[in-house]
Amino acid sequence: MQLDDLYRRVIMDHYKKPRNRGTFDADVVTIDLNNPTCGDRISLQLQVNDGIVEAARYTGEGCSISMSSASMMTEAVKGKTLEQALELADRFSAMVKGEDVTFDEYEDIEALSGVCKFPARIKCATLAWNALRKGIEEPI
Amino acid sequence: MIGRELREQFPILNQEVNGHPLVYLDNAATSQKPRSVIDAVKRYYEWDNSNVHRGVHTLGSRATDAYEGAREKVARFINAKRTEEIVFTRGTTTAINLVASSYGRTVCQEGDEIVLTPMEHHSNLIPWQQVAKATGATLKYIPLQEDGTISLADVEKTITDRTKIVSVMYVSNVLGVVNPVKEIAEIAHRHEAVMVVDGAQSTPHMRIDVQNLDCDFYTLSGHKMCAPTGIGALYGRKELLNTLEPIEFGGEMIDFVDLYESTWKDAPWRFEGGTPIIAGAVGLAAAIDFLEEVGLENIQQHEHQLAGLAIDKLGAIEGLTIYGPHQGRVGLVTFNLDDIHPHDVATVLDAKGIAVRAGHHCCQPLMRWLNVSSTARASFYLYNTEEDIDRLAQALRETKEYFSDAIG
Repeated sequence: MQLDDLYRRVIMDHYKKPRNRGTFDADVVTIDLNNPTCGDRISLQLQVNDGIVEAARYTGEGCSISMSSASMMTEAVKGKTLEQALELADRFSAMVKGEDVTFDEYEDIEALSGVCKFPARIKCATLAWNALRKGIEEPI
Repeated sequence: MIGRELREQFPILNQEVNGHPLVYLDNAATSQKPRSVIDAVKRYYEWDNSNVHRGVHTLGSRATDAYEGAREKVARFINAKRTEEIVFTRGTTTAINLVASSYGRTVCQEGDEIVLTPMEHHSNLIPWQQVAKATGATLKYIPLQEDGTISLADVEKTITDRTKIVSVMYVSNVLGVVNPVKEIAEIAHRHEAVMVVDGAQSTPHMRIDVQNLDCDFYTLSGHKMCAPTGIGALYGRKELLNTLEPIEFGGEMIDFVDLYESTWKDAPWRFEGGTPIIAGAVGLAAAIDFLEEVGLENIQQHEHQLAGLAIDKLGAIEGLTIYGPHQGRVGLVTFNLDDIHPHDVATVLDAKGIAVRAGHHCCQPLMRWLNVSSTARASFYLYNTEEDIDRLAQALRETKEYFSDAIG
């Protein structure tokens, strides 16, 4: 078990300097999701126009893995159609389960591939992506 | 015979995790099992396994004797007056739910009060929330002092003549405090309320005497005291227990069954519908033998020493915050290290072979009171050693270094 497989520099960079952290003033889709086993929580906001995610922001509390994953996700979905965003979420799930996938759209995400070797942390990594999925599949 | 000498009796401790000898410091979540307990369960399945209370055959008698013998052992262990005051349950959660669903829903009415503390485990909180919702009773909380302890003056102020039930944990799984449940019971009784004591975290670590505590209900979980998972017990004062209606109905718990009406056995059997947790009870009896042999007083003293040492060694690490009072606590230390999230701390410790808990410890309201979203926790038991504490302290210093580099 190599800790550096998990805590890569790019992850710590997103943790320390989160992208898209905050909320929108405008009326947007908001998804609140908890990880009840550990207490991590995220509030994700999606600004969707004509089926395109124009921007995403989040607030929440959690470990370096859950928060860096949220930071990366909100970067990656910008400008994507809802369908593309869902496909990204699927690909992310596959990656943290150990499948060999790439994220040419936003390579930072690949730094989280090491999570697959830390099964207890997969739920941390997928929290933000599950919020995204919920926001798209169960529009409020 | 404690600490190092006991380790050999716990087969699981003799292994490496991630290339390091295992240091198991998650005992408040569940304890490891000595060989005698594992062997007792194995022997039961290899020789005595049968259903209880019905078979005329030899194995049926042996299984019944083993199961009822375990009940007697639990009764003696916590000094219950009568064996029939012990109901076997799946653990503390089931035990409290039984009291809440059966007793709580019967006695509480609108305007009545149920008194708890904000440090309760979810299992001694949510069952009462549900009772309050169903009956219109009000939940009231004994406030915590700044250091996380309870003052009897506050207990006096919180419990009133409208209070029907007071339910408090004996030992906090987060703060490590020992609550004055005997004194709280005395105040509760003065107001004719019943006293429920959640003994999940106390029973494994100290001598319990329910008659001395003078509580009406007491709960314990076997798996935290060297027994298998899935077995625990509810102690209930006999005159109360026999007034409680069962909440599970079926085989074994009946007196007489007709097409439209049935009657129940006396307590405790009326609460044990279906085939009970026989092998679990056998394992619990073996665990009690084991703990008695080591001596509860020795265990308590050993853990007290380890806690003192841990507070000194962890407290010396710059940026490490320990929650709860530094004095008069049991063998667990809840902490945070700088602003490193406890999950990250626990992952780094795990990479060094050290198992700790990270999260809210099923105490979300207490986390909010502490103003944190989660914490890390190291909890000790009779097989832990001073060396384990040294390994923990060293690993925490390395964790701090690792993250200052990684975040750098």
